[in-house]
Amino acid sequence: MNTDQLIAALSNGVEPVDPGAARRNLMLAAAAGFVAGLPLLLTLLGINPRLAQAALLPMFWVKLAFVGGLAAAGWWTVFRLSRPGAALGAPALALAAPVLVMGALALAAMLLAQADQRLALLLGSSWTVCPWRIAVLAMPAFVLMLWAVKGLAPTRLRLAGAGAGMLAGAIGALVYLLYCPEMAPPFLLVWYTLGMLLPAALGALVGPRVLRW
Amino acid sequence: MVAAQLGDSAAYAAFLRELSPLLRGFYRRRLFNLQDDIEDLVQETLLAVHNKRHTYDASQPVTSWLYAIARYKLVDLLRSRAGREALHEPLDEGHEELFTDPAPDADEARRDLGVLLQQLPDKQRLPIEYVKLQGLSVREAAQRSGLSESAVKIGVFRGLRVLAERIRGER
Repeated sequence: MNTDQLIAALSNGVEPVDPGAARRNLMLAAAAGFVAGLPLLLTLLGINPRLAQAALLPMFWVKLAFVGGLAAAGWWTVFRLSRPGAALGAPALALAAPVLVMGALALAAMLLAQADQRLALLLGSSWTVCPWRIAVLAMPAFVLMLWAVKGLAPTRLRLAGAGAGMLAGAIGALVYLLYCPEMAPPFLLVWYTLGMLLPAALGALVGPRVLRW
Repeated sequence: MVAAQLGDSAAYAAFLRELSPLLRGFYRRRLFNLQDDIEDLVQETLLAVHNKRHTYDASQPVTSWLYAIARYKLVDLLRSRAGREALHEPLDEGHEELFTDPAPDADEARRDLGVLLQQLPDKQRLPIEYVKLQGLSVREAAQRSGLSESAVKIGVFRGLRVLAERIRGER
């Protein structure tokens, strides 16, 4: 087929597309990823019985803002990575912001704490399992995000895979928030971030293969 | 493009016809030894534009969207090519080592490099001559050629890439 024929075939009776579809599909995938993580949480861990009391503490909301902020910035990044030629500078800054704020809080907490309590602030009672649990709870979102991104047009596949994985990690962390009793900023900074980076690494690994179109 | 998203097929056809020469130029500049593949790539990119037209956002310049797709398709082709051609390599290399005497090769290389360099535009040739052959710093090369320092760096980088592709193409 020569190029003119191809153009005629493509343009003949071209169906309108919804320019908002990309945004909507990606939103739906993220929301579905969160919802799909809930039954996983209930079967594996359950919900923190003291969640209602925890919600009275300001730190609970700071934690929610940290994870939620990363999820929002991650979503924005993935949205940009899924469309050819879209700039990445602003979303990258947005991703760094929650980490920097939590880093400042963690530093303050460490400086204010007595020397013999600092290690406890960092390790909490669940540092050995926290990142793995977040990564596991992120898996439904991971699959959904990769699938949604593939349906758009990522052109930098490794980066897009990493972004989708990181967003899935943040969604997994949002789910885990309903169980996890840890509140210390140093703990959140290190282990929550690590929990999000695990699926991000997985995404970077499989991205070039899985996201190809 | 916006008209295409709304389903206006006449405007869409005109848009695709406008894209074809742009894409042909884009690929011709980048594929020196694979001229036969250009039209295939143009068609494949038009198809990708069509299939992914929902990912274009009207607030974005259409060229940045288009060239990102074009680049993606190019890399995709080169990668699959590289995978396939890697299978041939061991034999080719063996032959070269068996039948060539390295000394005359070096002379030829010098002559060939001169010939190849002449084919480059000044803004790539001068930076390479100054920085890579005469060993000047980027700043000195910039002063001598009248280019900016970043233009010198870009010139070296692009020029070397072009040279590498030409050399590969002649083998």
